[in-house]
Amino acid sequence: MTDRILTVRMEAHPSDSHTIDRYVKTGGYKALRKALKKMKPEAVAAEVNASNIRGRGGAGFPMGVKWGFLGAAEPRYLVVNCDESEPGTFNDRQLVERDPHQLLEGIAISSYALGISRAFIYVRGEYARGARRLQRAIDEAKEAGYLGEDILSSGFSLDVTIHLGGGAYICGEETALLNSLEGRRGEPRLKPPFPAIAGLYAKPTIVNNVESISNVPWITLNGGLAYADIGPDRSAGTKMLSISGHINKPGNHEIVMGMTWRELIYDIGGGIRDGNELKAWIPGGASSPWFVPDKHLDTRVELDEVGANGSMIGAGAVVVMDETTNVVAAAHSIVRFFAHESCGQCTPCREGTSWMEDILARIMDGRGRPEDIDLLMDVSDNISPGLSWPPAMTTICPLGPSATAPVASIVRYFRDEIEAMMPNKEAANA
Amino acid sequence: MPDTVSININGVAHDVEAGQRLIVAAESVGEVIPRFCHHDKLEPVGKCRMCLVEVEGPRGKVLMPSCTLLVSDGMVVDTESAVVKKAQEGVLEFLLINHPLDCPICDKGGECPLQDQTMQWGPGESRFVEAKRNFEKPIPVSDVVLLDRERCVLCDRCVRAADDIAGDPLLTFIDRGNHVQIQTFPNEPFSSYFSGNTVQLCPVGALTSVDYRFKARPWDLGHTRSVSFVDTVHSSVDAQTSRGKLVRVYGIENDRVNEGWLSDKDRFIFSAVHSPDRVTAPLVRGDDGFEEASWSDAMALVASRLGGYLGGEVGAIGGANNTNEEAYTLAKFMRSVVGSSNLDAQLGDGLNPHLAATVTPRATIDDLDRAATIFVWGPDLKETLPVLYLRVRKAVRNGATLVVASPAGTGLDAIAAHVVRYRAGSGSDVLRKFASGDKGYEGAREALDAGPVVGLVGRSSLAEDPMMAEAAAGVVRSLPDSKLLTLLTRANIYGALDMGLAPNLLPGRVSTADDEHAEMLEDAWGHLPRGTGRSTTQMLEDLASGAMRAMVLVGADPVRDCPDPGLAQRALEAAEFVVAFDAFVTDSSIHADVILPAAVWGEVSGTATNLEGRVQEVNASVRPAGQARSLNAALDDIAHLMGVDLRAAKVADVTREIAAVAPAYAGITPDHLTFESDGDGVIVPLEGEQPLKFIPVEVSVPVVTSRLTLHFPDALYDDGVWNRNAPTIAGLARQAEARLHPRDASMLPVHEGDIVSIEERFVMPVTLDDTVPVGSIVVPRNVVGTKGLTASTSVKVEAVEGGA
Ligand SMILES: Cc1cc2nc3c(=O)[nH]c(=O)nc-3n(C[C@H](O)[C@H](O)[C@H](O)COP(=O)(O)O)c2cc1C
Ligand code: SF4
Ligand code: SF4
Ligand code: FES
Repeated sequence: MTDRILTVRMEAHPSDSHTIDRYVKTGGYKALRKALKKMKPEAVAAEVNASNIRGRGGAGFPMGVKWGFLGAAEPRYLVVNCDESEPGTFNDRQLVERDPHQLLEGIAISSYALGISRAFIYVRGEYARGARRLQRAIDEAKEAGYLGEDILSSGFSLDVTIHLGGGAYICGEETALLNSLEGRRGEPRLKPPFPAIAGLYAKPTIVNNVESISNVPWITLNGGLAYADIGPDRSAGTKMLSISGHINKPGNHEIVMGMTWRELIYDIGGGIRDGNELKAWIPGGASSPWFVPDKHLDTRVELDEVGANGSMIGAGAVVVMDETTNVVAAAHSIVRFFAHESCGQCTPCREGTSWMEDILARIMDGRGRPEDIDLLMDVSDNISPGLSWPPAMTTICPLGPSATAPVASIVRYFRDEIEAMMPNKEAANA
Repeated sequence: MPDTVSININGVAHDVEAGQRLIVAAESVGEVIPRFCHHDKLEPVGKCRMCLVEVEGPRGKVLMPSCTLLVSDGMVVDTESAVVKKAQEGVLEFLLINHPLDCPICDKGGECPLQDQTMQWGPGESRFVEAKRNFEKPIPVSDVVLLDRERCVLCDRCVRAADDIAGDPLLTFIDRGNHVQIQTFPNEPFSSYFSGNTVQLCPVGALTSVDYRFKARPWDLGHTRSVSFVDTVHSSVDAQTSRGKLVRVYGIENDRVNEGWLSDKDRFIFSAVHSPDRVTAPLVRGDDGFEEASWSDAMALVASRLGGYLGGEVGAIGGANNTNEEAYTLAKFMRSVVGSSNLDAQLGDGLNPHLAATVTPRATIDDLDRAATIFVWGPDLKETLPVLYLRVRKAVRNGATLVVASPAGTGLDAIAAHVVRYRAGSGSDVLRKFASGDKGYEGAREALDAGPVVGLVGRSSLAEDPMMAEAAAGVVRSLPDSKLLTLLTRANIYGALDMGLAPNLLPGRVSTADDEHAEMLEDAWGHLPRGTGRSTTQMLEDLASGAMRAMVLVGADPVRDCPDPGLAQRALEAAEFVVAFDAFVTDSSIHADVILPAAVWGEVSGTATNLEGRVQEVNASVRPAGQARSLNAALDDIAHLMGVDLRAAKVADVTREIAAVAPAYAGITPDHLTFESDGDGVIVPLEGEQPLKFIPVEVSVPVVTSRLTLHFPDALYDDGVWNRNAPTIAGLARQAEARLHPRDASMLPVHEGDIVSIEERFVMPVTLDDTVPVGSIVVPRNVVGTKGLTASTSVKVEAVEGGA
């Protein structure tokens, strides 16, 4: 059974996996040829639907279902989300730098399936190298007739444009991304309408993540059912995980879901640095609630199981923290990130995230007060009522509630450590 | 009857109008949900999160913003649950943590939604011990508006009002997170004709106006509902006073007229009422110029001088800045006491009175909301009738097709589906081609065929033949499903015409040729000269030639405002006797023998009629300056001295007399306006038909052929006496400039910024503008530098040696 899809080529040919020569020599653009020559657009979409692939950008929404919502108005757009700015994520980066044609082939097939002739790739501003390689790949593909007018003499045409972001995390949220692409402030829009009905320039638009789309050539070539067969039922396919932190083998690892976190951290990740104890880990990027060894090591790396345990695999960023970690400093660093990246339009997110940042900074400074822990929890509650999972929100998008994840996590698992940082701990206990 | 849906709020079932936002529907049944960003007239943004309520869904109750959610049948809503209460307290606490709490010195204090909603829904105490956010305070965002970013709750109301309502996208958010702030773009101030609306909309004291800062506390303010006299839209206003002075004018949501919006001129011109330059006592010309006199001496002089002429030797110009009651009294005084039909509230700057006052079928302002196509042939609405401009913008936003015809670019061009440009003086030619759908005009013509059509028709500038508007009205009238609004712009000119201040109209939309009505009026008045009188232009000519001898000027400044200022000057100099009822010594009233101090807008009560024929109340909010008096009271006294009882001392008596003798005003009593119209006024005639119904026909107007034809448009901020005396906006007055097409400029030859002379007398810099048709020149009227220029159809333009 297949255990890797996306990283095979880059591992086998590290020096030139990004070139069109290598891509074509290793079977590239065969899927596009198959789709254009032998399949009707609906048939391609049906394979994607049958694959059961769930979006890799964070929300895990079934890709085929989203495609089914695409409105009929013309023109329609495909927008590929390569904003990848959540701390700890770097898998899309590897996919665009090391195998840009795989993504482009996915874009071409998806556009064909959806009746789209204009696609955009929104690339995080800092990914200059990735954007360069993508641009070169687009030029090569056009030259070779895989993009542009009348692709492979099929009558299907597609124009792909790269847009570099301006360095705002919120522009990874799909509607903020669309605003940014239109030249507006990167602020999430109200939903409904959803992008599939009224997206870019108010036209029907599919927004998918880089990793999601990069799977499309394989699905086209091997069939949706073959993809659905990989891994557990509701976590079909492979997933790229970016593992970082206090781990022996940091980096991207393409895995088949279903293994336990213990296997992931100790086998795939090579264990904790310096033989230290594992203290906690973030299973799915800065916005996900933390896991701790005594509760979660033997649970499974599966979308729904992680969800049932109150967190998410999200965009696949696993951040490992060992016993030396100051959890308040770690939470502060994450909250500061969200406060800084809040677009500022919703009151609770704008005011609440920076308030929490201030409180955590004060605690780290040795100026905490015993009531600050309850205050932190209540401020969190006012951003994400009930602190339940999936999070309830008082905000427009999930960024605000994301900032409560580290706070709730350290209060839940490490309350004593926070209290120990309060100057008047003894006085309070006496 | 609109469709309804059934919703349940806090356990009670309600039928509410379908298609509404939940917050609006809830309010309509008495459930008020707190809000900051929501505003009935703005698109929802859901930013403040103050309006969260719990709504029953497939996965149980979910918190949702009620300002963005549309009601649906069977919706179950909880606005009072513990979760909702906690969310409301949370949001208010968040809004307050960085708020400076400088309420004691904040203009909004006492009328502040943040204060009020904190009282009702907020947490009792603050838990915030960190340092607050700091910004420099306040910073000017325009000449009239200041911004205090520390107080701002980032509700986006000001940005939406500027972008969507006014079409001036000059405010924006910058930065992000906790540093988000409202800002203008670099080197682009928030100079919008509608900027003051943001001050009124702002739910906190973040936006304040320079003229009201620190002037008063809201609980000390007196409030008077009235209408603005800045133009003929008659926007509903709340005139606010403190210690006997006007301190602020706010818009009132009269949905039939202004929907709450005002232009900055509507809002800020009131300070002229308290100008130190007001005439506050009667002035009589002595050997060394004007000397103050008592009212009784001055009136005795006026009565004896006017009594010494034959009726036809006297004329009256003006009355458009007065109430209907004052205008009626003037008409009655001139006709029945002086015995003259020479009266004209227009200054040769308007339209055929029959067209303006009695055109059929006449549209209402809110017909714009129902129009498929709107056709504008006339002045630039943004400059002359700015609130009507907003109504057209709104209609276009909601899908109406706009066709604009004008001799140069106008404020509406940007949203027009079709712009028909004609060289000043050649409108007739273009109108003919356009009406018959000639090549190049097919699209515009097609739009006109899609009714209902509302035609807004007026005179694009003083240099244009007034028959042009009539010709355009004729084209609109020929369309199957069409209505018309004419575009006179001065204050209560429509009321003045309706009261008979026109050489060919009697009160109540009656032609002077209508003998039957004339007889009835004669019975009521005792005396009525028959026939048509002289227009302003004819009167000025006759005064200059000696055929007429005396003039009554009523708040009119023909030396500034009539098409031929030189003629007006000669006429007033030649007149044997001139009495001016005026608030200021103007370029015209300076020629008077007697100036009687006139009470003005804000000081007089009565009624007024706007461009759609809507009669509304005008209410005094302050006492007249010095010894100033209303026109009806002064004329009543003068008539007594001349042996006639006008019965005009009391406004209410005049209103009732109008209802009795002016056919179109039958039934309009003061009670009617106050109690039976929600205060929003009523369209006249209330019932029955008006006697005269003018039906415009397509006429042909001669085309002017000459090197450079003149387009001479009015500007919102001009050098008029009211603007000059209103310090808040006086500095915004437009400067003289000559706009030329680059092709014409190159023939002179001149470049951008070079100086040209017009008619060898008026010098001004050149601005190149390719919206100006080749062969014409655009010069703003009545600004410093064009005062005195005759509105002729063509002008001589020369480059000035040694220019810039
Ligand atoms: C604050 C925020 C940031 C996000 N950033 C990204 C991102 O960088 N890349 C991404 O693919 N999706 C991101 N998403 C998710 C997108 O909104 C969207 O769900 C996704 O691009 C859809 O693609 P998929 O269905 O293929 O996962 C973000 C969402 C939020 C709320
Ligand atoms: S939750 Fe935060 S980031 Fe998301 S829309 Fe609201 S303010 Fe912007
Ligand atoms: S300035 Fe006033 S209206 Fe504008 S966003 Fe701030 S609070 Fe709202
Ligand atoms: S009033 Fe609904 S979010 Fe502001």
